[in-house]
Amino acid sequence: MSAASARTARDTSLAAPRSAGGRMHGGLRLDAHKQRSTRRSLRPASLSDTYVLPLDQHVGPPATSRVRPGEYVLMGQVIGETAGAWLHSPVSGIVKAIELRPAAQHLGAPTLSIVIANDGRDQRSEDETGRSFEQYSPRELCEHIARGGIVGLGGGAFPTASKLLGTPVHTRGVMNHETPADVDGVTRLLLNAVECEPYISCDDMLLREHARDVLLGARILMHAIGAEQCTIVLEDDTPQAQQALCSALAETADGRIRIMSVPSRYPAGSERQLIDAIFGVEVPFDGLPTDVGVICQNVGTAAAIARWLRDGEPLIRRIVTVTGDGIMEPANLEVRLGTPIAALIEDCGGYTPRMSRLIMGGSMMGIALPHDALPVIKASQCIIAASTLDLQPRSTEMPCIRCGDCAQVCPARLLPQQLHWHAHAGDLDALERHGLMDCIECGCCDYVCPSQIPLVESFRDSKPALARAQMQSRDAAAARTRFEARNTRLARLEAEHRARLAAKRRRPGEPRPE
Amino acid sequence: MSVLGALPAMATVLVAMLLMTILAGLAMLSVLGAGRAATQTGYDSSLVRQLDALLPQTQCGRCTYAGCLPYARAIAHGEADTNQCPPGGARTAAALGRLMGREPKPVDPAFGVVPAVPFVAWIDETACIGCTKCIQACPVDAIVGASRYMHTIIAEHCTGCELCIPPCPVDCIEMRPPPALPRGMSS
Repeated sequence: MSAASARTARDTSLAAPRSAGGRMHGGLRLDAHKQRSTRRSLRPASLSDTYVLPLDQHVGPPATSRVRPGEYVLMGQVIGETAGAWLHSPVSGIVKAIELRPAAQHLGAPTLSIVIANDGRDQRSEDETGRSFEQYSPRELCEHIARGGIVGLGGGAFPTASKLLGTPVHTRGVMNHETPADVDGVTRLLLNAVECEPYISCDDMLLREHARDVLLGARILMHAIGAEQCTIVLEDDTPQAQQALCSALAETADGRIRIMSVPSRYPAGSERQLIDAIFGVEVPFDGLPTDVGVICQNVGTAAAIARWLRDGEPLIRRIVTVTGDGIMEPANLEVRLGTPIAALIEDCGGYTPRMSRLIMGGSMMGIALPHDALPVIKASQCIIAASTLDLQPRSTEMPCIRCGDCAQVCPARLLPQQLHWHAHAGDLDALERHGLMDCIECGCCDYVCPSQIPLVESFRDSKPALARAQMQSRDAAAARTRFEARNTRLARLEAEHRARLAAKRRRPGEPRPE
Repeated sequence: MSVLGALPAMATVLVAMLLMTILAGLAMLSVLGAGRAATQTGYDSSLVRQLDALLPQTQCGRCTYAGCLPYARAIAHGEADTNQCPPGGARTAAALGRLMGREPKPVDPAFGVVPAVPFVAWIDETACIGCTKCIQACPVDAIVGASRYMHTIIAEHCTGCELCIPPCPVDCIEMRPPPALPRGMSS
């Protein structure tokens, strides 16, 4: 399979990308609003005076601060440590404070953040470069990627190293780890450049201007997981990105990498949906892509890895799309992490009078921000200053008329109207049976609902309760196992003790039992 | 004469028929009874298992029974009500009620009050003298330690049953909120 696909990859790499045969279930055809932000070329955002870096901007336990208030830090210096992804200072300057600050990923409660005052000199910490990625073993490479603070830049912010360490190359021989039988132990790499969200264009711009970084990142990732082939997927309506990527690939002449395109349809870029469309395999509902032998990474992540390995620059900046009808000059900016969103807005000419709502992330899945005094985090791909023209007008919620339109568009093949019913009643068992945890919160059901029911909102509210209930029943099962094991052990010890006593209490003259 | 002579014969036949009927009836009754008894025990044990599966397995004994399984048996035999499990909370009480076909009741506070996210035990390691009494009391093997060595609680294995607190001779165990949950599980 791998040899054949490597050959086809070489044939197609110079021509137009092959389109994927698989088709996603459901989904929506949305009007793209990308031209606005791709008209201007990518440029670095201007620097600001203070940077705020929340310690929990990745999935998993928060990082521990490695600096103290008043300390001088260099650009790229480690300021927070955790198992999955470290945190680095985006500028050189003084640590002003380590305190609770509001952050976009936790709008409910402020989170512990490191505040750094920029001295404007950008003094770099000593580089760790000088070693090419081939000199690392796959395991060392994953650990190095964790030290570089790399997380999934597609918006998920899952630590990349943790994802890579879940592949069979790394888990083989590890105790208590079952490798699925149908996977031959070789993982295929999938690089995702499918920005199905109608407003986001940061991956498109990245490919247009830094396609070489993406390809180097792809080769590093392949080395880290022992992959023999890599598929880069983009949407069929991004001709400039395709052209840039194809010419960069021709330069690299790496026959293991192939480019494919999928029709522009929302949410084609969702991990599970994309794997199904490209490889024709469905990721089990209770499994991960590694269970079907696939690792999916965002192209931005690949480029960040390339910069870390080649230039020694950890993840301290990312591309952010600043767009919407509420912004004067929409653009894609290279932004240092921790920059206040207000500074980005100013950089793009400020708000227009029509501005009505600030959104972080896409227009479909993003979250509404209460104000712009929040920092850019690793997961911020896009800031939308939406006017009333951008927002779909919503009237008041009406009762469900059981039209079934939501089930038609659900890319996860769920029945949103049934979920809505059970979420309303708080019936957790029924929600579990109907696969609430498989909801990817894409918002397609909301979009088509003629009764204007905010379906995803209620699903999002129900998920933590169901997750807690599932965790409780798992804990109870584990507690029962330990309780029963303990009872068996105690019974065995008691029996052994009695046997010893009986042996001691032998009658006089009786021979000692052997 | 012939009529008189036939009478005893008829009586014998009648008596025989009557006896047979009674015997058959008895046999049938015993068969039915045995069948009923068999289904009763089969139904019973599966019911107990289903009830036990709904319980939180803290083995805390707050229900006044010796553990979760004994409480499940007591419910199945009609000795206990479905509202005696404070760690299970309203959800468990409702599920038990549904399974027993009864009106769900809230947990009776007389059996104790447990926070929604149960606290876990914590040992003050500077005060612990290493007596192993708490280890012997823990029903789920969530305490590690050895004689005359410091003990500690494995927080993620602790069910919050509080059974380790009374045996401690130096009162160095207290209940504390559990360590932070991963993102997405809180709230």
